[in-house]
Amino acid sequence: MVSNTGWMRDQEGLGLWEHRGKVAVVGWGQSHIDRRWDGVSLDRSCGGLTKEACLKAIADAGLSLDDIDGLITSAETRAEQTWAPRPYFDPPYDTEDGLTFTSADWIQRELGLKNVQYLKSDAPYIGPMMGLAAQAVGDGLCETALVWYPMVNLAGRYGHNNPANNSEEAPGPSAFTLPWGYQSGAMFNNLVIFQQYCKKYGKSHDGLADLCLNLRRNGLMTPWSYYALHEPYQLTREDYLNGRVIEEPLVIYDCDRPVNTCAAFIFTTAERAKDLRQKPVYVLNHAQNGGRGRSTMSTLEEHQEAVASLARKMWEGSGLGPDDVDIFNPYDGYLTFTQQFLEGFQWHGVKWGEAHDFYADDIRVEGPHPFLSSGGNNGTGRTRACLFSDSLEQLRGTAGPRQVTTRADTALAGCNTPDSNGFLMLSKHPS
Amino acid sequence: MSTIPGLERPGPVPNDMTRPFWDACNERRLVLQNCTSCQRLHYPPAQRCDQCGSADNFQWKEVEGKGHIDVYMVIRDSRIRGFRSAQPINFAVITLDEDPGINFLSNLPGTPTGEVPVGAPVELIFEETSTGQLVHEWQVVT
Repeated sequence: MVSNTGWMRDQEGLGLWEHRGKVAVVGWGQSHIDRRWDGVSLDRSCGGLTKEACLKAIADAGLSLDDIDGLITSAETRAEQTWAPRPYFDPPYDTEDGLTFTSADWIQRELGLKNVQYLKSDAPYIGPMMGLAAQAVGDGLCETALVWYPMVNLAGRYGHNNPANNSEEAPGPSAFTLPWGYQSGAMFNNLVIFQQYCKKYGKSHDGLADLCLNLRRNGLMTPWSYYALHEPYQLTREDYLNGRVIEEPLVIYDCDRPVNTCAAFIFTTAERAKDLRQKPVYVLNHAQNGGRGRSTMSTLEEHQEAVASLARKMWEGSGLGPDDVDIFNPYDGYLTFTQQFLEGFQWHGVKWGEAHDFYADDIRVEGPHPFLSSGGNNGTGRTRACLFSDSLEQLRGTAGPRQVTTRADTALAGCNTPDSNGFLMLSKHPS
Repeated sequence: MSTIPGLERPGPVPNDMTRPFWDACNERRLVLQNCTSCQRLHYPPAQRCDQCGSADNFQWKEVEGKGHIDVYMVIRDSRIRGFRSAQPINFAVITLDEDPGINFLSNLPGTPTGEVPVGAPVELIFEETSTGQLVHEWQVVT
């Protein structure tokens, strides 16, 4: 790794991934999930939940603490604010580390990990971070990496305590967006692109209802999910069509709900994976997009080309093609952009402009087109990790009531947006 | 201040790269970076041309200030403090007639919220922000 981004596979023409089938995911752990941290229960803080997820992942893999020699995480937890100026707690909760993020050093210390030789606390969000982890193991920076991704949600209305949203000034790139009310994150640009999509293909917001309802259904079949635990009821079409408008036409049910939780995964070499508890799920490739559009707002055409390029990179590096992908879990962080992934990867033959018709077909997990069998982030709460954990479970055959009835040999999962993301191609077989 | 009641726009903070742009706004002129090698406009300002990759051929070029409304939405629940007392408020994307690949944001002062004539021509105006810095805005041509 010559630079912080040199590991990325974000260009076309790189050929087959050099570590194809030589890296495997062998463990997964999901912590408890709450809507927000209560500010009191330290075992449900970011650090507490991270410890829970990591220990579960290590146990799931059948490994011991001494087997872990790599630690990888991201500080991009979407906390949107610091815990300060509220008072800190006794150690180890006496800084932001452990409260609004959990660093590799913190986990190394708290779990007493003795054999760590590779620590990375500044990985990007989970989409590209999963690719970074696969590359790190493949490159030999470590043999067995513990990889975790917390999502933090503190008290208060989401984003309203973000200092950038409460300033009289708009510095840096925000000078060209904030004075007109553009909000950072994926919402605004992708909503504009959704409007362009509807205009171009003659579609409307109602066309997302079937996807929304099916995601909630899948989420309710995920025992650990926010909705299964805290709001265990199915949405109706009327609920969706009459949902509270956030930014017209986006309604509350198009938005993945911020939650407080952590997921962890274990990556290791295919060789080391041979005698572990779980059947290995091999990584066939990772690919990323990191571009942006030409001007202030990216356009539909730019996002479509971005996903088409991502697909070409994924096919090139994995040696697979659209017909080879059994499980498909792309990001649904706003329902308004998921269709770009579906159409760009041409999953089950879906072409540009056809996603809403596909949603209206049978996309249930027991049906012929089990799209987003994870329930996505709309169905489970905004963990983002659910996209990967469901893929793992489907390939292991342990997804319980969500287990698809179609073939489940390969899985493609990733996030976040069409123009900025990281995806993994997973397989039951190393080649 | 803005002509939209209740709106307090955050004020852009110029830096070395963007200062000519914001200074021109204060003179009620809209200038964009133009790569004289590629004859390609850039907005927002960039460090280098996205086509030839060079930073050596940028010149500031004044544009006419005519555009069209591409799409719009309505902000009803803003996280940005200065917008909360102005919502619901229009949020539109404007394409520049001289180069439709360039787009701008607009709250369309003078257009009733939710009654945006998509596809209509717009013209350049300027509005004051919280810091006194002027920003470029667009209004429907009547």
